[in-house]
Amino acid sequence: MINIALPKGRLGEKVYDLFEKAGYDCPSIKENSRKLIFENAEKGVRFFWVKPSDVAIYVARGAADLGVAGKDILLEYRPDVYELLDLQMGKCSMAVAAKKDFYDDTERTLKVATKFVRIAKEYYAKKGREIDVIELHGSIELAPILNLSDVIVDSVETGATLRENDLVVVEKFLPISARMIANKASFCFNTEKVEEIVKKIGEILKNGESL
Amino acid sequence: MDERLLKNEEKAVFALRALYQNYGYLPFKMSKFEEYDLYAYNKEFLVSDRVITFTDTDGKLMALKPDVTLSIVKNTQSAKEKRKVFYSENVYRVSERTNQFKEIMQTGLECIGEIGLYDVFEAVLLAAKSLDVISEEFVLSVADTVLFEAVLEEITADKKVKSALAVLLADRNRDDLARVCFENGFTKEQTEKVMVLASAYGDAEKVLAALKSVCASVQAKEKIEELKTLFALLGESGLAGKIRLDFSLASNSAYYSGTVFKGYVKGIPEAVLSGGRYDSLLNRMGKAGGAVGFAIYLDLLEQLEQTAKAYDIDCVVLYSDSTPAHSIVKAVQGCVEKGERVQAQKELPALRYKTVIDLRGEKA
Repeated sequence: MINIALPKGRLGEKVYDLFEKAGYDCPSIKENSRKLIFENAEKGVRFFWVKPSDVAIYVARGAADLGVAGKDILLEYRPDVYELLDLQMGKCSMAVAAKKDFYDDTERTLKVATKFVRIAKEYYAKKGREIDVIELHGSIELAPILNLSDVIVDSVETGATLRENDLVVVEKFLPISARMIANKASFCFNTEKVEEIVKKIGEILKNGESL
Repeated sequence: MDERLLKNEEKAVFALRALYQNYGYLPFKMSKFEEYDLYAYNKEFLVSDRVITFTDTDGKLMALKPDVTLSIVKNTQSAKEKRKVFYSENVYRVSERTNQFKEIMQTGLECIGEIGLYDVFEAVLLAAKSLDVISEEFVLSVADTVLFEAVLEEITADKKVKSALAVLLADRNRDDLARVCFENGFTKEQTEKVMVLASAYGDAEKVLAALKSVCASVQAKEKIEELKTLFALLGESGLAGKIRLDFSLASNSAYYSGTVFKGYVKGIPEAVLSGGRYDSLLNRMGKAGGAVGFAIYLDLLEQLEQTAKAYDIDCVVLYSDSTPAHSIVKAVQGCVEKGERVQAQKELPALRYKTVIDLRGEKA
C-alpha cells in the first residue's frame, strides 16, 4: 500500500484528478464527508488530506510514502525527501514586494517581513544586502503598509492581493510549482510501485492532457 | 536468558558485537569527553558542528562526544598497521528534526590503515550483515564519490554548476536537472550524462553498464571496474539482492572519499546505517593511509514494530495490613518461580495485569 499525502484545497483536488487519470482512483474521496483517509485496496493506494505546509513532514517522517508540496515549502524547510516530479501546478513566484513609492536606501538595514525566513535570508545574502528579518505567519501584506517592514518576501500568483493593498512586485526571483515528493527509505522498498506512479503521471503531464 | 526482555536495540547490540568479533574487529571503549579543539578543527567532518561543551577542572574546554570516528582516528598512532575496531557508544548532537541536543546510541566499526578492495568489501558486507541482524527486510545502497565526481567533471568544470547538479542529483530531481542543463546550454551528450547519473540506482550491473556507456575518463572507467569487482564479491554473500547502487547518496564528498553507503530497514523512515571510505579525514589529521567504516543509529530501532505488550505485569498480589508477611512472600515467590512478572500491592495498581492473588482476607 502506497500512502499519499495530498494538500487540502484546490491544488490537492487537482492533484487527485491527476492520480485518478493515471489509474489510481479512489471514488469515495469525492463524496462529501468528513473522512480524512481514503483507500483503494485493489490499486494499492491510500490518500489522505493534510494541511499543505504539513505534507513534507508526513513524507519525511514516513507516515506518507508520497506527497505533494510546493517548491517554496521544500526550499524553506529542506525536508530530507526525494523530489520526483514537477507537477507544473500551483505555479507562482517567490517575490519581493513593497509599497509603490518604495526606494531601497542601501545605507540602511532593510526590514523584510516574510513567512519564508530561510529563502529571504539566502536571497539577500547572495546580494550582500544586510537585512532584518521579521517572521510573520499570515497577512504579510500588512507589514509594509503599517511600516513594520520595508518589503515583504512572499509567494505571488496573480498579484491581486498585492494590488488591492497598493503594493507592487519589486522582483520575482524564484519560480514555484507543486512537486511530488517521496520518503527516501520508503522509496528503497517500493521503488517499482513509486516509479510506476511517477511515470504514469509524468506521461499525462507531458502529453498536456486536460484535466 | 529470556530474549523477550530485550529491546530491539539491545538485541541488535549483542548480535552485532558477535558479528564484528567474528571478523576480527576489537572492541574499543572510550571516554564520553574529548577536548573541544578536536571538533573545532574538523568541523566539516561532523554531522552538525554544534557540540555540548564544558570547562574541565584544569580549565580545558571539553565536549561531550558528538562523534566516535574522530576520536578513533585521533587515537590511531600509525596507520601503517591495519587497525580494526568496533564500538558501541552514546554520542550527543543536535537532531536535524527537532533542532535540540539528543543522546544517540551508536554502534559501528572502523578499519584504518592501508585500505584495499578487500577491506572495502568487508565493510560493505558487514554493513549488509548488520542490517540483516536488525531485519530481513533491508536495503543497503552503495555509491562511489570518486566516480560521481569524475562523471560530474566530465560534464562541466564550472564549480557552481557542479554543486547545483550534485544537490539536484541527491534529490532525484530530474525536472530541475533538465532545467539546469538547458539554462547552461549543455550539449546533448552532457545532458545525457546528467540523466544517466540521475537514473543511476538499482541493480548494480545495469547501473554500471549505463555509466560505462557514457563515461570517457580513465578515472571513471577504473572506478566502474572496481565497483564491478566489489559487487561480484558481494554476489557470493547471499545478501546481494538487497545491496544496490544508488548515486543519489554520492554528493557528500567533504567527508567521504570513495565508496559510500547507507542502510535502510523496512518500518524505519530514515537511514539506520551510514558509512563509507573517509581517507580525507586521516589526511587532514596528518596521518597516512585510508579508512573505511560505518555507524548504526540504534536509537532508531525503537520504531520497529514489536509485538504489542498486552500486559505490563502478569500478577498482582493484593494484601492488607493484617495479611501475614510470610503469605505475601510465598505468593510473590510462587509467581517469580513460574517466570511471571509480579507486584505486591495494597491496592490494585493502574497497570495492565492478567491475574490477581487476593490475600486481604488472610489473618495471622
